Amino acid sequence: MKLLALHQSYANRGRSNSFRGQTPLDSAVDGGNTVKSPSGIFWLILHCLCCLVSLVLGFRFSRLVFYLLFSTTSINNLYTTTTTSFGSATDIAETLSFTTSLRILSPPVVNNTTSAVTSRVVVGRHGIRIRPWPHPDPVEVMKAHKIIEAVQREQKVQYGIKNPRTLIAITPTYVRTFQALHLTGLMHTLMNLPYDVVWIVVEAGGATNETAALLAKSELQVKHIGFEKKMPIFWEGRHKLESQMRLRALRVVREEKLDGIVMFADDSNIHSLELFDEMQKVEWIGAVSVGILAHSSHHDEEPFEVQKTMDEEDDEKSTLPVQGPACNSSERLIGWHTFNSLVYKGKSANYIGDMAIVLPRKLEWSGFVMNSRLVWKEAEFRPDWIKDLDTVVVGDGDDDIESPLSLVKDSSMVEPLGGCGKKVMLWWLRAEARADSKFPSGWIIDPQLEMTVAAKQTPWTDAPPELPSNTQKVISTTQDNTEKRATKTRTPKSRRSSRGKRKHDSKNADAGASARTSGERIN
Amino acid sequence: MKNLSWGFILLVFSAFLLNLDAFELRKGQKTERISGSAGDVLEDDPVGRLKVFVYELPSKYNKKILQKDPRCLNHMFAAEIYMHRFLLSSPVRTLNPEEADWFYTPVYTTCDLTPNGLPLPFKSPRMMRSAIQLISSNWPYWNRTEGADHFFIVPHDFGACFHYQEEKAIERGILPLLQRATLVQTFGQRNHVCLKEGSITVPPYAPPQKMQSHLIPPSIPRSIFVYFRGLFYDVGNDPEGGYYARGARAAVWENFKDNPLFDISTEHPTTYYEDMQRAVFCLCPLGWAPWSPRLVEAVIFGCIPVIIADDIVLPFADAIPWEDIGVFVDEKDVPNLDTILTSIPTEVILRKQRLLANPSMKQAMLFPHPAQPGDAFHQILNGLARKLPHDKSVYLRKGEKVLNWTAGPLADLKPW
Repeated sequence: MKLLALHQSYANRGRSNSFRGQTPLDSAVDGGNTVKSPSGIFWLILHCLCCLVSLVLGFRFSRLVFYLLFSTTSINNLYTTTTTSFGSATDIAETLSFTTSLRILSPPVVNNTTSAVTSRVVVGRHGIRIRPWPHPDPVEVMKAHKIIEAVQREQKVQYGIKNPRTLIAITPTYVRTFQALHLTGLMHTLMNLPYDVVWIVVEAGGATNETAALLAKSELQVKHIGFEKKMPIFWEGRHKLESQMRLRALRVVREEKLDGIVMFADDSNIHSLELFDEMQKVEWIGAVSVGILAHSSHHDEEPFEVQKTMDEEDDEKSTLPVQGPACNSSERLIGWHTFNSLVYKGKSANYIGDMAIVLPRKLEWSGFVMNSRLVWKEAEFRPDWIKDLDTVVVGDGDDDIESPLSLVKDSSMVEPLGGCGKKVMLWWLRAEARADSKFPSGWIIDPQLEMTVAAKQTPWTDAPPELPSNTQKVISTTQDNTEKRATKTRTPKSRRSSRGKRKHDSKNADAGASARTSGERIN
Repeated sequence: MKNLSWGFILLVFSAFLLNLDAFELRKGQKTERISGSAGDVLEDDPVGRLKVFVYELPSKYNKKILQKDPRCLNHMFAAEIYMHRFLLSSPVRTLNPEEADWFYTPVYTTCDLTPNGLPLPFKSPRMMRSAIQLISSNWPYWNRTEGADHFFIVPHDFGACFHYQEEKAIERGILPLLQRATLVQTFGQRNHVCLKEGSITVPPYAPPQKMQSHLIPPSIPRSIFVYFRGLFYDVGNDPEGGYYARGARAAVWENFKDNPLFDISTEHPTTYYEDMQRAVFCLCPLGWAPWSPRLVEAVIFGCIPVIIADDIVLPFADAIPWEDIGVFVDEKDVPNLDTILTSIPTEVILRKQRLLANPSMKQAMLFPHPAQPGDAFHQILNGLARKLPHDKSVYLRKGEKVLNWTAGPLADLKPW
């Protein structure tokens, strides 16, 4: 309990070393010599009295208590019991009757009447002001956060990218189980950008309502283009078709003369927001480093066996393979890091939904960023080291450009982005379910489950669950098939399912159980 | 037909001009010109506006002291040494004392350091007195005006009161011999004994290279609301609190120690400068003296200074409008600091940041070597130039004496 007062300060001064002065302060008047006047003697007597009282009581006895005892007004400007300040002491003092003696009795306070110019700031012990509830106020915290947001926005305006260009994202897609998963992720990434986005979605198998419904959820400007061919099952064919679809989209850019930066956002890739900030720096054509998430799922083998085979190969395999520009020490492009597919020869996936590793091609489209003027018809917009799109691609036929590098006559003109390829801001991933896997259309569970099971019966009966059959059944809405349908779409088809499917299935197994319980009528 | 074409050309020309104006406005959005009560004087060039004569004192007053302890070059009182060096090679220096407007005495009074690095002021009055005796006996210029056209740099805690403890400093008052001289000091508090009328307040010395080397890109978003690193209780000298900083620092701690908006602690992080650049507000409370290098650091790093020191006089107060740049909080309002800071309108905060981003503002707080235009040296000279021409009363009649050479405590009268 701190009852700080003149008494204590004087005692402190007496105890401490010469750091503390002893004479009372009176900055307006002279240096403050000790006055042997009646008031001074009174002061001394009071001091001794308080010392004695403290000795008896065992704690510091404040002379202020005397003022309080005689005070008729209440102290209303004290915040807590811990301390009081001398400012308030003078306030109290002046309300009392004996102001004249008190003026001298409170020596640290400057004599206000003797000189016109005095400081209201006094030297001496002051109280430590603490408010009654010294904890944060949530309204103020919110206000502070708004202020911080405003400051950061202003910083972005001042020091961020000036005149951002429109982003043209080209995405090939097709209706399949994982389409909603991938497209939603990509859609949310694009929605979070502070730039204008034109999203060109090319759909294999023609434009469908499902995809359109999915795309409509975004607030972006979307060009939904249908591509007549259907997506093949084999990965080779899929890569080829995707290239053709991208070329189709580039044609749209050419015809509509869209202005901006073209990037190839595959729906299953993962983009970081920094990538888009970096892309604004491109002048004609740039390349970024792409991390390849080539995964494998050997769930029928021992997991440890996979580890062993990995370790036996050279160290590069343990790190993430990265495709992208290679630079020398002076930050100039000298070559390309490509994906070495020889290592995985024979072990790679052949068809979509295969259990093996899905490999990218040598250089993926997604690692390249172009100025949209490169594909415009008029030759004056682009530099002469770019080939015209028409000369490279003959019609919408079976051409397949492996990567945008085919458009470039001189590949040394490609700008490496992201710290000359040192920073990986984009990851290539292909995770697909089997081509024949079924999923509810539009991911809306039609609530026509007319399966009623008595409440007492739990899903986990003692009887073993129905073994799944391998045959395909078309989803029908007939009543007798509802239960079968529920199990069919939600249990593993076979043990030979891909890893992606397996994740999907495990989720669905739980969904199946819950669907069954939800199907029960709760009485 | 011809009129039409002329009119068209005029139209295009005026449109071009208007466009130019628009560009200027947009550029001006980023920073604002700073003009204080003396006008837009931050970028004035003192060359040609005044002449300074530097007395040649024996090296025991300056060089030898520095040789004894070279730490004086890096502590926050190093301004006196760098000012001397700057003046020696500056174009405002004149070797002819007859044409000089101001006279400078290079005596390093703040260079007697303890092993810890803190300056001891006990010998400073004697040193100053001995220097003045020297110049008054060897040159006639002191006696001509009794020092009214001389200036001295006294960067210590309480200026020319020459003590680190406020009560003692007040007791001593300004050295009587310096009564008529102009003092260039870091201490500034209104209505205080140790601040003379007509003194020039300067910022404490902060090492420019060290601060420049810790700059981070300005696009990194500011995410700390309030930042402070330093003592709240001076445990060695004032363990209970209440004396140190008049209880203000202790109040800050007690009220806001668990507030997530306030990043305050007594640590000494290595990322101190970088953290300041990530903060919106930086607290600059008083300590044993009202001034601190935190103000300089806050200005350099673009963090709005929150000054908690009643009646403080900030550096170059006539050239820099501190009210527009910093936030002033009375010591009695410290418990409501969070309310005060969060209720500042956003436009005001953004304007303060724009003012702080002005490079001339940052330059005015620094003592770089070699000197650069617009830095603190030039601001001091500008301040001296603004005091010219000297009033007629400065020059004393023959035989007239104003100063009392025997005033002051007895210990000061001993020779140094």
